[in-house]
Amino acid sequence: MSETSIGLSRPRREGHAKVTGQARYVDDFVLPGMLHGITVRSPAARGLIRRIDFGPAIPWSEFTIVTAADIPGRNRIALIVDDQPCLAEDRVNHPEEPVVLLAHADRQLLEEARRHITIDVAAEPAVFSVDDALDGTTIVWGTDNVFKTYAVARGDIDTALASAPVVVEGEYETGAQEQLYIESNGMIATASPEAGVTVRGSMQCPYYVHKALMALFDLPEHRVRVVQTETGGGFGGKEEYPSIIAGHVALLAWKSGRPVKLIYDRAEDMVATTKRHPSRTRHRTGVTHDGRLVAMDVDFTIDGGAYCTLSPVVLSRGTIHAAGPYSCPNTRLRGRAVATNAPPHGAFRGFGAPQSLFALERHMDRVAAAVGLSPEEFRRRNFIQTGHTSAVGQVMREPIDMNALLDRALTLSEYHAKRARFTEINPALRVRKGIGLASFMHGAGFTGSGEDHLRSIVALEADAGGRVKVLSSNTEIGQGTNTIFAQIASSALGVPDDVIEIAPPDTATVPNSGPTVASRTCMVVGKLIESAAHSLRRDLEKVGLEGERFDVETFRRACAEYTTRFGTLRATARYSPPPGLRWDDETYTGDAYGTYAWAVYVAEVSVDTATFETHVDDFVAVQEVGRVINPVLAMGQIEGGVAQAIGWALYERIVWREGRMVNAEMTNYIMPTSLDLPPIRVYFEERPYAQGPWGAKGIGELPMDGPAPAIANAVAHATGTDPRALPLTPESLMALMETARV
Amino acid sequence: MRSFLPAFDLHEPADLPDALGILAREPGQWRPFAGGTDLMVLLEAGKLPPGRYLSLWHLEPLRGITVGDDEIVLGALTTYTEVMESAALRSECPLLCRAAAETGGVATQNRGTIGGNIANASPAADTPPALLIYDAMVDLVSVRGVRRVPYDRFHLGYKQMDLAPDELIQAVRVRRGRGNWLQSWRKVGTRRAQAISKLCFAGALEASGDIVHDVRIAFGSVAPTVVRAAQAEAAVRGRPLDGDTIAASTAALARDISPIDDLRSTASYRLRVAQNLLQQFLSNG
Amino acid sequence: MSDAPQVSVECQVNGSTVVLRGHPMDRLLAVLRLQLGLTGTKEGCGEGECGACSVLIDGKLVNSCLVPLLHVRHTSITTIEGIATGDRLHAVQEAFIAHGGAQCGICTPGMVLAAVSLLARNPEPSLDDVRTALAGNLCRCTGYMRIFTSVLQACRQ
Repeated sequence: MSETSIGLSRPRREGHAKVTGQARYVDDFVLPGMLHGITVRSPAARGLIRRIDFGPAIPWSEFTIVTAADIPGRNRIALIVDDQPCLAEDRVNHPEEPVVLLAHADRQLLEEARRHITIDVAAEPAVFSVDDALDGTTIVWGTDNVFKTYAVARGDIDTALASAPVVVEGEYETGAQEQLYIESNGMIATASPEAGVTVRGSMQCPYYVHKALMALFDLPEHRVRVVQTETGGGFGGKEEYPSIIAGHVALLAWKSGRPVKLIYDRAEDMVATTKRHPSRTRHRTGVTHDGRLVAMDVDFTIDGGAYCTLSPVVLSRGTIHAAGPYSCPNTRLRGRAVATNAPPHGAFRGFGAPQSLFALERHMDRVAAAVGLSPEEFRRRNFIQTGHTSAVGQVMREPIDMNALLDRALTLSEYHAKRARFTEINPALRVRKGIGLASFMHGAGFTGSGEDHLRSIVALEADAGGRVKVLSSNTEIGQGTNTIFAQIASSALGVPDDVIEIAPPDTATVPNSGPTVASRTCMVVGKLIESAAHSLRRDLEKVGLEGERFDVETFRRACAEYTTRFGTLRATARYSPPPGLRWDDETYTGDAYGTYAWAVYVAEVSVDTATFETHVDDFVAVQEVGRVINPVLAMGQIEGGVAQAIGWALYERIVWREGRMVNAEMTNYIMPTSLDLPPIRVYFEERPYAQGPWGAKGIGELPMDGPAPAIANAVAHATGTDPRALPLTPESLMALMETARV
Repeated sequence: MRSFLPAFDLHEPADLPDALGILAREPGQWRPFAGGTDLMVLLEAGKLPPGRYLSLWHLEPLRGITVGDDEIVLGALTTYTEVMESAALRSECPLLCRAAAETGGVATQNRGTIGGNIANASPAADTPPALLIYDAMVDLVSVRGVRRVPYDRFHLGYKQMDLAPDELIQAVRVRRGRGNWLQSWRKVGTRRAQAISKLCFAGALEASGDIVHDVRIAFGSVAPTVVRAAQAEAAVRGRPLDGDTIAASTAALARDISPIDDLRSTASYRLRVAQNLLQQFLSNG
Repeated sequence: MSDAPQVSVECQVNGSTVVLRGHPMDRLLAVLRLQLGLTGTKEGCGEGECGACSVLIDGKLVNSCLVPLLHVRHTSITTIEGIATGDRLHAVQEAFIAHGGAQCGICTPGMVLAAVSLLARNPEPSLDDVRTALAGNLCRCTGYMRIFTSVLQACRQ
């Protein structure tokens, strides 16, 4: 019998379908009698809707027309504070806010019709920046434009700062970023008062959509069905927004009595859906002359856009990560999410942590310089270690060895030799070279008590033919869910991988194992699959199945005998928190995450002093992520995340005009091509985590955190400038270099 | 697709005389349509003016590269791929090949044409600065015959051309014999591939001893049209390539160009980088 | 709307002769997907930027979102559905599966066609050749590294 498949690079399960074009994405489905849907949106950032004009040139009687008045249930997108309407009623709060929906069989005519609807808005003062939101002159949300604040302190920050031998301050900014999954958002619905509502489409979280539809239609659980179709990338962009599209398409289907498909084109997807929160972080750091951190005061602000949506949770993760992988006796972390009149910003890989870690890791280089230490030596003196307490009061129990990661990253990147050589040769070069690093961590799974509230559940079901089906609501969005779930289930059952089937995520058939977000799929849900598999195996012991591993025929016979004697063979597992974890939602302290992935990344860049263009020439990513279940898929995750972060750091700039993205096309929103990326060299340290399946932790978001500060630090080395804001475009670098020259 | 297709027509003429006849009978009623790499983008975005379009893609007389004694003639439908693959162009007009290689990806290079790149009249187009280096002439054909216009006088203003409503671009002629000039081309895009230029530089000069005999300097994306930098050229022509000449030329460049702020870059960046690239080119001479 | 221009265009698609009907300016992408059900050709941007809609026309890689129906008369078109020979996958397809070249899969058909087109022109490409040949095909998942490996490995088959 072969060993388990854990640690083997099993080929992607749906790989064959994807390379042959057979995989079916939402836009590939055509239902009989299907109409197409389209969304008519607010032309203004904020104001009262005076009237909606339907121009005379269009045969409106042929169209299904939906407004907020057609909503059977509650006109809200059910999420956290439920402030976002599904369709605007009397007022709009951001450009491109959905107001009217149309359906017709002819897509061409729909586009023409959209141009003949005029939404007349009496404009009101609006807010377009964090500063204007905090200034409070114009209130656009609640009483103070603030969705959420956090404040966590340890020690005595004020005294520590006052008495610190050296204090370094800094302010850092990051821009919004478009997820830019290559498959744009889309949904298909069938709906009627008799049959209820069924929606299929591109999404990460079927049960989020399910919950939103129940509220919108005032329907019980069993009358709403949500099915994920093959999903062409998500990165957070298909976490919460699909609930809105699902609501829209279902309303059109409900009113027309016909199946309706609603697919966003690229321009609509970019201009209307969520992006990474822009951020501003202020640091005040006290440090001794020999480079020991004594005080870290961090103030982290994110721009949430017009509605609350997920901003409190993004803020939470960003705030908790703001102190990084360092130990400091006196810390204060303050975070706030503010309202502006832009479309709501939302989930995007890293979920606030890339923003606060960019600020921190750029700042740490500046603090190091202030006390005359190299960036790596300064970090070495302050790394958090096992037994230390984090800024939110978490006693770190897991083994942590940041120094080992640092050493390996420095060696693999030839950091010391290159740093010295570049410093020496740069003055004579037109294209200057730099090398920089960032050290960081990312908490796996939901923050704090999040997983306790979710109480995820998975099921395994075996049939008499010895096939085992994994039932979960976690989606394959490219990251490899199907493949690693099969590896985990088969290894726990002691059977070959091909015995396992992954049930399609369909709320009619799979239990709620939570959303596919937060680096939780492998670690949290994978662990549940492992537990369910063990439980299934115990059931099979009743029919005499004993041993470690079984061939297909032995296993099939046992399943057949079990089902004959006892009926359905099904095992479930429900999440329960690992022993000893505690979290206080009131004080925001405790075990923020069960475990963390740890990493040190090194970027090598060149900067052309004639054009101020930065190119990343080499990239080394060293991380400790627990046990690696599937090396090829895991490396693909890291490489892809690094690539997105390089885009965020150097290329991806959203041009805003009064809350609207005006470069909403791929020609003018610039993501990296195959010619723009360096070799991305990925290395894993494997320290098994007791609470993860075979010791695995989460990895999906980690690679988004480190590249931007490593690159900015490398640019600082190459140019002698002090970059504080992302993206670091040639135009902004020119300004920095000209200032530096004066 | 945001455009309303029924408001458009795309007609395929039988041959070139048929196409010219249609344009002559209904001048201004038809817009030429070549490889579609610009117009189809506008169609998708709902930004293409509705109306009648005349498809040129099948007109063989507009294809092909011919090498003559003094010039190389590129049919208007010559694709970027064909430019890149032409041995004659590679040795005599390397900047044109570079420009073609950095316009879009392979798929765009297989469909985009040199005539289309000119007729689209975008100041950000990448092949026109290279064409200016080789003293390109444009052949314009109509039922009235063929009219030949120097390319540096073809673009009259933003999206305005010396092209009558009944005329088509038939061919572009580039000068041979510049193979031994010092030549340089640099596209500053938003990234290394598939980028629209923030600015685009092409330069060539011929020197003997210390003295510059002749020079061509051209830019894209820094003015309403692609431009030859006449004053920057004048500051160099007939002079030794020393620090004073280079400084005078880069200073003069500021009077040749009029960059603006737009979605892709800023006026100040474009000016500074244009000067840097010119300075770099002249310093290497 | 009945006076909207219509054309019938005969061409070969994946080796079979077909007659496509529609507006002469309709996008080949839409015609392939809706008339022939060849949904392996994907729409990523509709502006010729992402390459998800790549197909081969007479062996040349094109973005089918930018090709009007009128222009494919008497051409031979190959879509992703025509790359494998029966059940036998093309070496590029095999390599994408084996080396992690596909993640979410939406760019994969276009990426495979771009790679097939490269190998037809240049059977032994360098890494730089691969990078250049794929620069018109955007992938947001992989960071391209495993796509490069897949294409280079496919040449060794």
